[in-house]
Amino acid sequence: MFPEYDVIVVGAGHSGCEAAVAAANMGSRVLLATMNMTTIAQMSCNPAMGGVAKGQIVREIDALGGYSGIVTDHTMVQFRMLNRSKGPAMWSPRAQSDRLLFAQKWRSMLEQNPNIDFWQEMVTGLVVKDGRVKGVRTGMGLEIPAKAVVLTNGTFLNGIIHIGEKQFGGGRAGEKAAKGITEQLVELGFEAGRMKTGTPPRVDGRTLNWDAMEVQPGDENPGKFSYTDTPKLEKQLPCHITYTSPEVHEILRTGFDRSPMFNGRIQGLGPRYCPSIEDKIDRFADKDRHQLFVEPEGWDTVEIYVNGFSSSLPEDVQYKALRTVPGFENMKMFRPGYAIEYDFFPPTQLKTTLETHLIKNLFFAGQINGTTGYEEAGCQGLMAGINAHLAVKEEEPFILKRSEAYIGVLIDDLVNKGTKEPYRMFTSRAEYRILLRQDNADLRLTPLAHKLGMNGLEERLERVRRKEDAARDIEKFFREYSVEPEQLNRYLEEQGTAPINQKVKLHGILLRPQIDIPALRRLVPGVDIFLQAYEPEFVELAEINMKYEGYIGREREQVEKMNRLEAVRLSDSFDYQQLHALSKEARDKLTKIKPRTIGQASRISGVSPADISVLLVHMGR
Amino acid sequence: MAYTSHNLNDTIVALATPPGVGAIGVIRLSGEEAIDIVNQVFHGKDLKKQTTHTIHFGAIRDDSGRILDEVLVSLFVAPKSYTGENVVEVSCHGSNYIIQEVIQLFIEKGARTAQPGEFTLRAFLNGRMDLSQAEAVADLISSSSKASHSIAMQQMRGGFSDEIRKLRQQLIDFASLIELELDFAEEDVEFANREALKKLVEKIQAVLRALIQSFKLGNVLKHGVNTVIAGRPNAGKSTLLNALLNEERAIVSEIAGTTRDTIEEVLNIKGVEFRIIDTAGIREAEDAIEAMGVEKTMQKVQQSALLVYVFDVVKTQPAEVQADLAKLIHENVQVLVVANKMDLNPYTKFEHYFPKWEVGSGKWEVGSGKWEVGSGKWEGSSPSSDFRLPISDFAWVPISAIHGMNIEYLKEKLFEAVLSSDMALEGTVVANVRHYEALQKADESLGRVMQGLNEGVASDFVAMDIRQALYFLGEITGEISTDDLLGNIFSRFCIGK
Repeated sequence: MFPEYDVIVVGAGHSGCEAAVAAANMGSRVLLATMNMTTIAQMSCNPAMGGVAKGQIVREIDALGGYSGIVTDHTMVQFRMLNRSKGPAMWSPRAQSDRLLFAQKWRSMLEQNPNIDFWQEMVTGLVVKDGRVKGVRTGMGLEIPAKAVVLTNGTFLNGIIHIGEKQFGGGRAGEKAAKGITEQLVELGFEAGRMKTGTPPRVDGRTLNWDAMEVQPGDENPGKFSYTDTPKLEKQLPCHITYTSPEVHEILRTGFDRSPMFNGRIQGLGPRYCPSIEDKIDRFADKDRHQLFVEPEGWDTVEIYVNGFSSSLPEDVQYKALRTVPGFENMKMFRPGYAIEYDFFPPTQLKTTLETHLIKNLFFAGQINGTTGYEEAGCQGLMAGINAHLAVKEEEPFILKRSEAYIGVLIDDLVNKGTKEPYRMFTSRAEYRILLRQDNADLRLTPLAHKLGMNGLEERLERVRRKEDAARDIEKFFREYSVEPEQLNRYLEEQGTAPINQKVKLHGILLRPQIDIPALRRLVPGVDIFLQAYEPEFVELAEINMKYEGYIGREREQVEKMNRLEAVRLSDSFDYQQLHALSKEARDKLTKIKPRTIGQASRISGVSPADISVLLVHMGR
Repeated sequence: MAYTSHNLNDTIVALATPPGVGAIGVIRLSGEEAIDIVNQVFHGKDLKKQTTHTIHFGAIRDDSGRILDEVLVSLFVAPKSYTGENVVEVSCHGSNYIIQEVIQLFIEKGARTAQPGEFTLRAFLNGRMDLSQAEAVADLISSSSKASHSIAMQQMRGGFSDEIRKLRQQLIDFASLIELELDFAEEDVEFANREALKKLVEKIQAVLRALIQSFKLGNVLKHGVNTVIAGRPNAGKSTLLNALLNEERAIVSEIAGTTRDTIEEVLNIKGVEFRIIDTAGIREAEDAIEAMGVEKTMQKVQQSALLVYVFDVVKTQPAEVQADLAKLIHENVQVLVVANKMDLNPYTKFEHYFPKWEVGSGKWEVGSGKWEVGSGKWEGSSPSSDFRLPISDFAWVPISAIHGMNIEYLKEKLFEAVLSSDMALEGTVVANVRHYEALQKADESLGRVMQGLNEGVASDFVAMDIRQALYFLGEITGEISTDDLLGNIFSRFCIGK
């Protein structure tokens, strides 16, 4: 009934979908197995993509040929570029999407891909022979053969949902949990753990008093995620902001004794940066209000997502408390918030390709690795899909460095340090964030993916070439074009910066922090005329390159220093235990994590610079 | 935040001979820039034009043109060298002071202090060594880094690292606030107060610069411990000096201070350098010239950290000893009372000279004056109204200089006096140079932070420089902050939608 697939992807969330697409576009024959075809690419939590650091990841996914950016561009109801007031490394795109359209668009894009087949059934186990994965086993007892398998089980592995004192098995509200895989993996020698996450209530927008809340509109000139020619957003929906109060907190506290968070029923560790509302008022008792973002779920629905009110308190407490929030006095609830506990596998058991150390050609991606967030999941799926394909074809793996992409930072952190709480990306995790910007993800990554043989990148690659040429030409223009004092001096003084005494090159003026290209365009007609020939994004890149040359240069220097260590390869089979000059802790950690390079080894906690010297001496050139 | 300590592209420098005072010290540099760096400060032939495996005589001058030392420079041009890179070996005179000054000069010109075993590491990486040799090196690296770690730890007990640690923590708090602004811009978070941050940066820079200065001119590093031998004429001061030096003739050197007009003796006890200044005898001056001599002695004593008061147990009366000490002791000086010529009067006891001294009581009386531990005040008539306990019962050192009797004991006491005082914080010189470098880099990064704040540069750029400053401060305190910032944020702020 089934051919032997190159790659089977188990699970069709953000991670699974990207994995399937990536492997398929690399040329693999792919089967996407999901328990429910109607919930493909479901946004289980808030209906939004991107945000600080996450938006950068979505753009990286797009630059590498993934679909998350395209799907978001087609389905968003609001777009904002966050952190505009800060430097370009911090500019972060974020979009609210229409939840139903998002899933629909994903499914139709998957269906258009001839290399992807579908199978709707629960996968209950793996076929493993001689330390190599050979396929999957389903609930009906079918065996589907494959050369590689990517597991993207999300929160479904032995998922338990908690609402107050009630608890029931499930992978998501209204969907059953997946059984069997954890047990088999543990039997095969994997270490498993438990994590917890939560989601807020969904409410009826018809019952809210919008006048009592602040409006948060989208950008006047909305951008987008994909580097391809996706449509521009013409019409937007606003979000709203409201706040909890001491009265709300008081009501919530009445439910603490029935809270699974506080009575110990939940064992898994939840994310510190995405706490439930009860956690916030418990840990930060001195704060008398917390911000709530009231987000629309789509164009054609009254369903509302109450961002910031994640809770596993009893539904009656949630209801009562929420009704005390300004604007929510007459609120009707669609469903309460809940907490969910699920199995994950500490990611230190993975290679940087996301292949497991234990079983050849078995890959893990997404929440199964202890991460949280659609973007984090999506990018892992993409990398696992690419590497599954490469493993099947027995080609060199594809690994992104920390200096190349947030995706590289994420995977490097996971496999070297592991994680105790659900791992979310922050810009502060990246040491080279000035290089890892949302505006240059295509320049950084598209050529790499294209070289690998990823299909469908021609349009993006062509644009990369044009963008680079444009930035070079614009910079040349700025270095050669002179301006007269009378053209600028009044503006310079208004901006509180020194006037000029003689003709100067534009480039020198642009280096002043108070001056930007839009201002120069207004003041110097020649500049505007020249720049009209270029797309705004190209001008922006040129401006960033010029204005922040010093900072960018310094980060590049640091990267070069690091790269010499990244180039020294370590063999997987090296016996660290025989190296007595290493500390005991280093020996154990290195044996477990099996770093690919000296650079990677240097980031493993417990491995000291002296240990690295010892390794260098042994591995040498 | 994983900056690595293993940059293998730059030029490294270190003392190649064992630390401590020897006849000759060899400073080795390795790296592409090695010859360039030495050439910048070497006055002699143009080293860049010389062939490999040649030796050249010349002077090392600092930027002001001052000659630090006359040296022999050996050139080894890549790849025919120990490390396979350009290597220069500079043989200088074996004083710690000279060696550290020269190394510091090379660092200013672009070299970096080598990590333990780094020359050998490079040798291996460049294929100059086989694996069996490397085996031994690996063990050496792990053991030497442990040794250097323990040295570093010893120094860390001192006050300045505590201060840096505190300031660094404050800087982490600020960095967290800035990261918070950056990563959680959408949320209801507090913002870093730029003015307060500037103040903190200024404060840290002031501390760093004071430390940089103190390391640059550091007393121990530059002068050793200033030690004055004082006493009445014929108390045996010179004999004592000779006795001290005779014992250690092999490790004694004379250093003619280029900016000083006197010649001082240098004595090395367990790695601590004592610069010993002999003085004119003190007594009531009978003419103007002698008065000047005494005046000068008093000056020297004022500048010294350690006073060795010598008296003749046969000729000098207890009242005279007490009067001398009352004149000589001042704040911040450690005193050893050396009873000389004990062979002539072997029954001399501490109690004879300090009858009113109650051993262990912390009380001392001289004439009509009285001093008590804890009071911090001299009561009654005295030369100085606020000085600390000038001697303890352990500082009484009976000797016979001429017979070399108890000289070892005296050295023991000299060493202890340094350990027990604030001077001990200065630590060993090699580690100092390492710290010096980190301090300078931290100061540079903070300079950029300040510039960024003043120019209103976006906070992500400011954050980048703060991170670098934190990294270098961490090198000094031994704490490297990988997840410091996020950890700090989560513990202090309510984040998350």
